[in-house]
Amino acid sequence: MNGTILQPEFLVKIDGDKCDKCKRCLDYCGFGTFSFNEEVLPNHFKCVACHRCVTYCPHAAITVVSNPLSFRDHPNWTPRHIQNIFKQSETGGMLLTGMGNDLAYPVIFDRIVLDACQVTNPSIDPLREPMELRTYLGKKPDTVAFARKEDGSEEISPAIPDNIQIDIPIVFAPMSYGSISLNAMKAIVMAADRLGTIAYTGEGGLPRELYPYGHRIILQCASGRFGVSAEYLQVGIGTQIKIGQGAKPGIGGHLPGEKIPEPISETRMIPVGTDALSPAPQHDIYSIEDLRMLIYALKEATGYKPVCVKIAAVHNVAAIASGIVRAGADLVYLDGFRGGTGAAPNIVRDHVGIPIEVAVAVVDERLRQEGIRNQASIIAAGSIRSAADVCKAIALGADACAIGTAALVALGCHVCQKCYTGKCSWGIATQKPELERRLDPEWGSERLCNMLRAWSIEIKEVLGALGINAIESLRGNKERLRGVGLDRPTLDVMGLKPAGVGMGD
Amino acid sequence: MMDRDERNISGCGLTGMLNKKGLRINGQAITQSMSVLRERGNGLGAGFAVYGPYPDRKDKYALHLMYDNPVARRRTEEYLSAQFQFDSEEPIPTRNTPSIKDPPVFWRYFVLPNEDVRQAENLGEEDFVIKRVMHINKCIDGAFVVSSGKDMAVFKGIGYPEDISEFFMIEKYEAYTWIGHARFPTNTPGWWGGAHPFTILDWSVVHNGEISSYGINKRYLKMHGYECTMQTDSEVIAYLFDMLIRRHRIPLAHVPDILASDFWKNIDAMDDGQRRLKTALRMVYGSALVNGPFAVIVGHNNGMMGLSDRVKLRPMVAAEDADWLYISSEEAGIREISPDIPRVWHPEAGELVVGKLEVN
Repeated sequence: MNGTILQPEFLVKIDGDKCDKCKRCLDYCGFGTFSFNEEVLPNHFKCVACHRCVTYCPHAAITVVSNPLSFRDHPNWTPRHIQNIFKQSETGGMLLTGMGNDLAYPVIFDRIVLDACQVTNPSIDPLREPMELRTYLGKKPDTVAFARKEDGSEEISPAIPDNIQIDIPIVFAPMSYGSISLNAMKAIVMAADRLGTIAYTGEGGLPRELYPYGHRIILQCASGRFGVSAEYLQVGIGTQIKIGQGAKPGIGGHLPGEKIPEPISETRMIPVGTDALSPAPQHDIYSIEDLRMLIYALKEATGYKPVCVKIAAVHNVAAIASGIVRAGADLVYLDGFRGGTGAAPNIVRDHVGIPIEVAVAVVDERLRQEGIRNQASIIAAGSIRSAADVCKAIALGADACAIGTAALVALGCHVCQKCYTGKCSWGIATQKPELERRLDPEWGSERLCNMLRAWSIEIKEVLGALGINAIESLRGNKERLRGVGLDRPTLDVMGLKPAGVGMGD
Repeated sequence: MMDRDERNISGCGLTGMLNKKGLRINGQAITQSMSVLRERGNGLGAGFAVYGPYPDRKDKYALHLMYDNPVARRRTEEYLSAQFQFDSEEPIPTRNTPSIKDPPVFWRYFVLPNEDVRQAENLGEEDFVIKRVMHINKCIDGAFVVSSGKDMAVFKGIGYPEDISEFFMIEKYEAYTWIGHARFPTNTPGWWGGAHPFTILDWSVVHNGEISSYGINKRYLKMHGYECTMQTDSEVIAYLFDMLIRRHRIPLAHVPDILASDFWKNIDAMDDGQRRLKTALRMVYGSALVNGPFAVIVGHNNGMMGLSDRVKLRPMVAAEDADWLYISSEEAGIREISPDIPRVWHPEAGELVVGKLEVN
């Protein structure tokens, strides 16, 4: 008895004929599912379906299946609601979860299709012709002025502000040191360096041994100010002010003391074993003019490196983003309501915020209406699952996309949503040394590079089919998108036409 | 008769000829060149841009209007008389041409901005004119501004180039630049305004191709106050030239760095100064990159230019002697009117061919 009336979500089956009792599975499971008494005995309650044991059982003796236990059909009282009430009536607590929103809201990305050339304009073969994905993130002026240097050559004066060059329009999303392991961070920054793109730190600061990758890192400054020091701010190529996160708009964070061992404590600059509480708002930002002060404080502190402001996509996102740009931000980072998290209350993760597809479209349009689109780049995040999502987000108006969950999946994550337990069997969302060392940063980095190389090839294939050979011709080019099965108000809000409508207006 | 709901896409033939010395010739030569390119059109659109036809009224904006009905004309004239001072106005002469069916009515007005209105809005003369043109095209149903520059005109409509030439009697005009266009739209256009050239102020553009980046070019131009109203992607090129050269003062030589930019691999290999400059232009003007197949001829009061896309997906030939610059879709279009021209070349992808009027 577990003292519960809940039934296990998964059943772990061990094929006694195949199992040679090597007991590897006992070590592999971070959640303590297995015990041994003459044979391997699973405790089904503990299994989270992360497949670590299944993947590495030398005899393929383990199977994990969903518990087929049936409830009487009820369209309203689903097993999810029943089980959540069971849990809360047993614990009296708020339900916690990890990763992104898993409710079945319509996925707008999956209801948008891309265009291609036929006859009247030629498609371009990406195997024969250059296809350019290079992107510059940051503030650009609206015009340039030419001047003559003393030697008679032309130059642009004043010079345009420093931008961040990325070779692919995909960056790694902020995931804090503490929520993910050092090895996971290493794999990500190494991949960013090899791919010519950038990674964000989360709010947990930057471990000292990653300082050599600073030229590929945007450093976060969040409400808890963990790990923020004068030295830290100098290391990166830019800073990010985190206002909100798509998985938990409007609320703070709580990294429990048991996840603050020595290295985390040192990087976050808090005592070992103390809870790290991130306040819901930044307590020096209670209004847009406060944000402006922090933006310029960070610029002053860093010699005017670009400043990015990250917000969760909420109802008023367009006006908020406009204010952020006018406050001086060089990048606006939009995190949609499907964005991932290391830990969030179910109620917020699943019910607050708006889809990134809509947020990008309305923010891009608002910045254009106000004539300030050149003043900041837009990063779209919040469940970018594939190169197709990247293409669509860019066509909706993003300069680049950020991937968090997708990167973790490349490192072995099976989206079991138990990040908040710190028991990740794949060595990703954990600080336990015996689990973390399973993740070899070299191996991880190679997998990330492979994934993004594959995505890049796919994006180039799409550009070629669209008959364009530079990513800037896709950016904001909603004319090359059509909605399938989207309702009229959604199409109008996003500035999209339904499939079947030609290129007229 | 007006169907402005569908954007027309088309293949095309084009020829431009500039007399650098400013010698004015009549419209026979351009008609002859366009007749050689007949196969590139399908009789569903043709037009001519003409520079220097009104030497006695060269300081006035020559607004060429097309009306579908008398109401449109009345509404437009009411609007114009509030916004402009009139020098003169007249119907544009046309002749009955058997192959031209059901043409709209054409008028031209020689005007200057009403100074009181202009100063109240604190706009420069040219921006004032652009705003009025955009207003008429967008807001007055059945009226369309065919051209709005000084000492220039556009004549265009539905038909083969020879038919349009005959209809507008272009052999009666004398000009130092002639630009012609024959169109092959892929659907049946019902609207004369959809034919080329497209214009704003004295800029005229004829275009062969389809702009695959149209969606973003249009949104970018809108941010800068240009409304695309003509159901065709070609007009964005006219507006981009106006914005870059007149408003942003980008030197002509650098316009291709924006509209048909070099590839990064080539830019990266340039010396520091050039690399910085071209990188900056691409960063700032990425949304003005015209992507997809195009060959364009752009006319203006001081000359003529030709430009093709960054990988040259549409044909363009140029030829030159001491007096003349020719640009055409085909060498045949040039040889037809200048058989012995000494220098003929095929401009590279993204290479700007520039012809300047040497006298004013």
